[in-house]
Amino acid sequence: MSDSEQAVFDRRIEAEQKIEPKDWMPADYRKNLIRQMSQHAHSEVIGMQPEGNWISRAPSLKRKMVLLAKVQDEGGHGLYLYSATETLNVTRDEMNEALHSGKAKYASIFNYPALSWADVGAIGWLVDGAAIVNQISLQGTSYGPYSRAMIRICKEESFHQRQGYEIMVVLAKGTAMQKAMAQDALNRIWWPSLMMFGPHDSESAHSGRSMQWKIKRRTNDDLRQSFIDQTVPQIKFLGLELPDPDIKWNEQRGHYDSGEIDWDEFKRVISGDGPCNRDRLRHHKKADGDGQWVRDALHAYHSKKDAVSAA
Amino acid sequence: MNNLSNNALYHYLIGMADDALVLGQRTSEWCSRGPFLEEDIALSNVALDYVGRARMFYQYAADVEGLGRTEDELAYFRDEREFTNLLINELPNFDFAFSMVRQYFLDVNACLYLEKLSLSSDQHLSEIAAKAVKESRYHLKRSRTWLVQLGQGTEESNRRMQSAIDELWGYTPEMFIMTEAEASLLATQVSVDRKDLQQQWSATVTADVQEANLQIPDQQWQVVGGRDGDHSEHLGHLLAHMQILQRSYPGLEW
Ligand SMILES: [Fe+2]
Ligand SMILES: [Fe+2]
Ligand SMILES: [Fe+2]
Repeated sequence: MSDSEQAVFDRRIEAEQKIEPKDWMPADYRKNLIRQMSQHAHSEVIGMQPEGNWISRAPSLKRKMVLLAKVQDEGGHGLYLYSATETLNVTRDEMNEALHSGKAKYASIFNYPALSWADVGAIGWLVDGAAIVNQISLQGTSYGPYSRAMIRICKEESFHQRQGYEIMVVLAKGTAMQKAMAQDALNRIWWPSLMMFGPHDSESAHSGRSMQWKIKRRTNDDLRQSFIDQTVPQIKFLGLELPDPDIKWNEQRGHYDSGEIDWDEFKRVISGDGPCNRDRLRHHKKADGDGQWVRDALHAYHSKKDAVSAA
Repeated sequence: MNNLSNNALYHYLIGMADDALVLGQRTSEWCSRGPFLEEDIALSNVALDYVGRARMFYQYAADVEGLGRTEDELAYFRDEREFTNLLINELPNFDFAFSMVRQYFLDVNACLYLEKLSLSSDQHLSEIAAKAVKESRYHLKRSRTWLVQLGQGTEESNRRMQSAIDELWGYTPEMFIMTEAEASLLATQVSVDRKDLQQQWSATVTADVQEANLQIPDQQWQVVGGRDGDHSEHLGHLLAHMQILQRSYPGLEW
């Protein structure tokens, strides 16, 4: 029996058909999806913090509104993704617990601080830029609810990247101080943005399976290369210095070559030694803890109402 | 400013702009700190409405002033003593109950006030009010729902809501005080008489608070002064945050 279910599943993956929540799926496929999708959801939500750090200090009322709307969007993305993950029979509380216990991860980029206003620009431009490259490919993921969430999210992401790049354009055209601020942000955020695509294909623990199941559609290195290729001309347009002296156009490959990522740093930050790991979780746990009485009250209120209407 | 009525209109607009900006700034502090994600997003929406409202009032104030100042110069280059927002708007978000009760008190007033202001003889003001009142009706729906749900929810939520009401009560009379500028604009039907709204505000709030199993405090007290620039110590910190970049590097584009 399970053989034929497996065969049906395999045929659907082969034929590029979406797997839906009610369909049979291998236990590992489900597990893999829960890991990746909940990590993606947590990233959206934890990602609200570094940019959120600048809402109160945004340098004009217009920028304040744009940033607030952007960060709010990320919350919305978290919501889409939590809902999509819930279709795999895991609750938001369980996902939250996994985040708080450290069992579930979020994108390591958010363990870096947003130290200047230029960081807000660089985050929108580079971090959302990298996310878009990844998310566009995930529109074709084999799990239906994940794919649909990605399609919805991608529609909003281009505004995110644009507002970030626009901040950089203004700074790069500004005073020497502003330009230096922009350069510093680029230099710091460039490498962690490249790390967002994950380890090299040869080192990636989950990549092979995920590709077979068509959860992932393009490899880490392939996506990273696309990001570098699209971003280097943008850096040049800004008139900023390249953050990596080894970036060079390779005529033969038709791609930019670039220097090696500091994978020790990557591992260090992922495993907890980044500048903001503790702050990010503390912030999230505090909001969650402070809101407990509100959620309890809401629950109590609705139970009482239900009891009255049932009586 | 070319004449007295323009001067009054400028001060009137600045008061409303400051009200909106200060509350928008406070409300935006909830972003990433809401009790759950859906509410976090909704609170950011409210904050966005208020900052947007502030911009409309500042832009108009800058026009009326006629000195070529921009909305950002008005928002970022005035000190605490020059801000004329209501005190209730600047108080910190002590807890979710506090923010929701404040929002509820202000929303009831905003709906009454903006509805009247949408009939202002000043066309620009009436347009701003017509847009803003729609937002405020939606805000009130939300804040009233929270009042009832948290009032009737658990013992703890009821206690927190009651203490928020008690702590905020003395800041509500300021909503009904007319400034000189506002009074002088009444004759030409530009402004709205705040005193006319107090009775209906009290009646609505009393009924809703009762429905929420909460009580209107019987001890009456009041703190006023925001419109004269006599603020709590909280406003300075809010402005220090908000204005830091503009003040550090004046005159730059961002
Ligand atoms: Fe994102
Ligand atoms: Fe996002
Ligand atoms: Fe984004």
